[in-house]
Amino acid sequence: AALWSGAALADPDLTADLVIDGELHIVTRAPSDDIITPNLPERYSGWLFRSEDTRAMEMDDFENPAMIAVEAGAELWTTVDGTAGQSCQDCHGDAEESMRGVRAMMPHVNEDGVLWSMENYVNNCRTERMGAEAWRWSGDEMTSMTSFLSLQSRGMPVAVQIDGPAAPYWEQGREMYYTRYGQLELSCANCHEDSTGQMIRADHLSQGQISGFPTYRLKNAGIVSVHNRFRGCIRDTRAETFAEGSDEFRALELYVASRGIGLGVEGVSVRP
Amino acid sequence: MKLNAVTGLVAALVLAGTAYAETAPADVVWVDDVQIPESLTGAPGNAEAGVAVVSSRAQGNCVACHEFTALPDVQFQGNIGPALDGVGSRWSEAELRGIIVDAKHMFPDTRMPSFYRVDGFIRPGDAFTGRAADPATFGPLLTAQQIEDTLAYLMTLTE
Ligand code: HEC
Ligand code: HEC
Ligand code: HEC
Repeated sequence: AALWSGAALADPDLTADLVIDGELHIVTRAPSDDIITPNLPERYSGWLFRSEDTRAMEMDDFENPAMIAVEAGAELWTTVDGTAGQSCQDCHGDAEESMRGVRAMMPHVNEDGVLWSMENYVNNCRTERMGAEAWRWSGDEMTSMTSFLSLQSRGMPVAVQIDGPAAPYWEQGREMYYTRYGQLELSCANCHEDSTGQMIRADHLSQGQISGFPTYRLKNAGIVSVHNRFRGCIRDTRAETFAEGSDEFRALELYVASRGIGLGVEGVSVRP
Repeated sequence: MKLNAVTGLVAALVLAGTAYAETAPADVVWVDDVQIPESLTGAPGNAEAGVAVVSSRAQGNCVACHEFTALPDVQFQGNIGPALDGVGSRWSEAELRGIIVDAKHMFPDTRMPSFYRVDGFIRPGDAFTGRAADPATFGPLLTAQQIEDTLAYLMTLTE
């Protein structure tokens, strides 16, 4: 792959430091390894590929538009809902403690051996424990909650488990990552591995990492979930996509998360 | 003499007929696996129309991946593939037609899409809707005419 072969203008500033509110340093470059990312020289956060303006927005919580969703999520955390008359906080207490590190381990295999994303865990608590209705995968409540939960792991390194019971899911995700879907026959790897740093029309291709998710997309003026992003990328290959929350996307999420092991959880990132 | 005139007339009609009969994707004739010597429409393309095909998102959108110095007004040209300046001198017309029809003949694992092929896709969609394609209406990315127009334009890029 012709890395950084594009015009000088298009080159990402790989030396930029992501420091939030002048205090919290977030790791945006992590070493690669021969098992998960043999074709990457190094792992890079998508933040490095963005314009100076967009990067600056993420460095200041007053400027970061995702913080509105985080606040809404904090409110939902303490809101009683459902037939059991309970809130998240009634069982989990202070999220800053109980949810610290949870995002960095997502998705992970549950007690029944099934790979679940954060959204599945949240909805399981709602339907099975609270007697409340499930939230839509990319609906406002869910993305607010996942934004709030993610923030509790901000700065912690992505550390998903890929062996043991997670191994078959990881293999499935890897298989998908290299499958050339759609009429344009482009795999995730074609764009995010073979073309990192290059321009596809007006877009500067990153490694397609999910350490920044959920993300505030300026284009959507709202929070975008991991699976929503996957759906958009597959749709752009003129393919029939998979559903958000599907077995396929959860497996792909685990695999993509693993490609970012060592990168810092951004909590809630800002992207164009 | 009379007979000759009739034969000539018949021949002219047949020619006119082939001019309208486009070659369907499945009937494209490859030579040496990388060349397509015959026009897909039976006629030369229009280079001006080809400019619209390469630069429009709704048509070939070649600029998503290629730069054309000759088209400074087209914004946001990508660089996934090489700049196409001078491409008309690098390849023969038959080779260029082959590259536009199905670049995987010339460059086996290329990221460049196949613009005139209708089978062999994994989960083909209905354009950019994300829904499954309807086999009854599924067509190639470009029409035979658009391929010939693109080719005519690329042949003008000789430096
Ligand atoms: C046709 C090219 C293309 C393909 C194929 C593609 N993507 Fe993307 N993807 C993009 C573009 C363009 C962006 C926006 C710029 C960027 O971050 O790379 C993007 C962004 C992303 C992001 C957001 C990165 C961030 O930092 O916010 C993720 C995650 C992602 N892609 C994952 C995937 C996965 C997984 C696949 C395969 C299922 C895939 N992409 C296939 C073009 C593509
Ligand atoms: C009646 C008790 C109860 C309520 C109410 C409840 N949970 Fe849970 N939750 C649990 C238990 C028990 C577990 C499984 C054990 C664990 O991981 O803590 C769990 C697990 C989780 C997990 C997975 C943690 C991990 O380590 O993977 C998340 C995320 C979560 N809950 C979020 C929520 C949210 C958000 C709400 C409110 C919308 C909520 N929970 C409401 C009891 C509850
Ligand atoms: C998704 C990316 C992509 C798109 C869209 C694309 N190409 Fe390409 N193209 C490439 C790549 C990559 C190569 C380099 C060949 C290889 O893979 O080795 C290439 C090579 C070529 C070449 C040979 C270039 C040379 O200088 O030798 C021609 C000609 C060409 N493309 C024409 C087109 C035309 C015409 C279109 C639109 C109808 C188009 N391409 C659309 C990616 C693309």
